Amino acid sequence: MEETYKVYVEVGVIFERDGRIVPKWLKMGDVRYDIERILDCRRAASMKAGGCGLRYTIRCRGQNAYLFFEDTEPGAWFVESRQAVPAG
Amino acid sequence: MRTILHSDANCFYASVEMLHHPECRNLPMAVGGDPETRHGIILTANYIAKRSGVRTGAALWEAREACPGLVILPPDYDQYLRFSGYLREIYGNYTDRVEAFGLDECWLDVSESCGIKGEGEKIAKEINERVRKELGLTVSVGVSWNKIFAKFGSDYRKPDAVTCVSRENYRRIVWERPVSELLYVGRATSAKLRKLGINTIGELAETDPDFLYAYFGKMGSTLSIFANGEDRTPVSLIGDQVPVKSVGNGMTMPYDLKTDEEVRVSCYMLSESVARRLRENGFAGDVIELYVRDSELHGLTRRHRIDVPTNISFEIAEEAFRLFRENYRWKKPIRGLCVRVSNLTAEKRPYQLSLFRSETVRKKQLIMDQTVEKIRRRFGDDAIRRGLMAFGPRITPRKRQEQVIHPLSYFQKGNLSGA
Ligand SMILES: [Mg+2]
Repeated sequence: MEETYKVYVEVGVIFERDGRIVPKWLKMGDVRYDIERILDCRRAASMKAGGCGLRYTIRCRGQNAYLFFEDTEPGAWFVESRQAVPAG
Repeated sequence: MRTILHSDANCFYASVEMLHHPECRNLPMAVGGDPETRHGIILTANYIAKRSGVRTGAALWEAREACPGLVILPPDYDQYLRFSGYLREIYGNYTDRVEAFGLDECWLDVSESCGIKGEGEKIAKEINERVRKELGLTVSVGVSWNKIFAKFGSDYRKPDAVTCVSRENYRRIVWERPVSELLYVGRATSAKLRKLGINTIGELAETDPDFLYAYFGKMGSTLSIFANGEDRTPVSLIGDQVPVKSVGNGMTMPYDLKTDEEVRVSCYMLSESVARRLRENGFAGDVIELYVRDSELHGLTRRHRIDVPTNISFEIAEEAFRLFRENYRWKKPIRGLCVRVSNLTAEKRPYQLSLFRSETVRKKQLIMDQTVEKIRRRFGDDAIRRGLMAFGPRITPRKRQEQVIHPLSYFQKGNLSGA
């Protein structure tokens, strides 16, 4: 089985007027990925990376991925990654 | 007819840990007390560990003996409280009658929402599914027309199951089981019942209630009501009660304390974290407790009930320090301290104002606590400190936390069944 890592990432977000939080890009290592579309947003657990929160299904560079907002104190964003260390 | 659900998160602490440590998911794993603090016992084990004979309450060494590869993680109560809140948030989508029974169990009265949200069983299945998907945990849910049988149902099949105890099947499901499986029939009571020839819940139900009353007193009548499914105890409103008994924080000092001033600073450090955790969970309490351990490891506990429930660090710290001043004679230096607040209520609950405390001042202190908390969240724990901290031991109490959590008694709220 392939290992999945929980990798915290830097995320650029927009706070909409109605209170929604919309992620616009994320940064893994030195690479910035623009979020082209948000396909879904719901509360979900990540059994692969370990944790739970608000899960955004995003499209980056033509591929779908999950981006989680963990509402701990302080909140943080993470992705399910194949690499323990974000690719540079 | 009422529709009551009882939802029980399976191996709660262990499941929360497994969610966050996927690498442990397929290993025998348990959450256990920190061996350093001397109560090294297993609090919860996952099913793999349970199958190898790891029991709740066992000493850590005992558990390791039973199950050599056992992974033991220290408890993270803040995390469990958070997940307990997430669970109640999901339950709150179905009804405002959600009563916590410990951190991992809740009763839900869905009688009113059955029409809108579907029958009890359907709601139970939906909850089970949502908890798995949204929180990565499993719950077993019992559905019945009373709290006692609903609780029985959630214990009947686990993990990850829904059991309905209906008027049609309760004789088969509940009545054939031993009396010890009924809520509040402990070892002593079931031994007494067995002596009377009452072995199953059905036999208990069919015993003359007057006879039970004569033998057990009021508890006898209650047991008869429970066994017959006649309990009418309501499910309390969400946010009306608190699922834990106390919130405390203790630490072992890196060096022995020798002065009042050092103790005062330590009281403040501990109280700040206790107050923060109380507020995070919407609790307040009016019994302040201080535990002191001296350099020869002798312990002293003193508690005092103050006039209003509080979650303000200043009030907790000053009371803890006052307890210290009044009770400690400084024969020995101090190795460890613990501050605890108990007799908790929901902070939003109305309380009798005190003649001797200014609510304006209290309000200000509360806002101050909240502001400090915000600053720390954004800029780190060291960004702002009380002036007096400059005079105390340089330690952070956050890591060394311990907290007693157990369910409140079914009877504690004075609603002794529908009798
Ligand atoms: Mg449980």
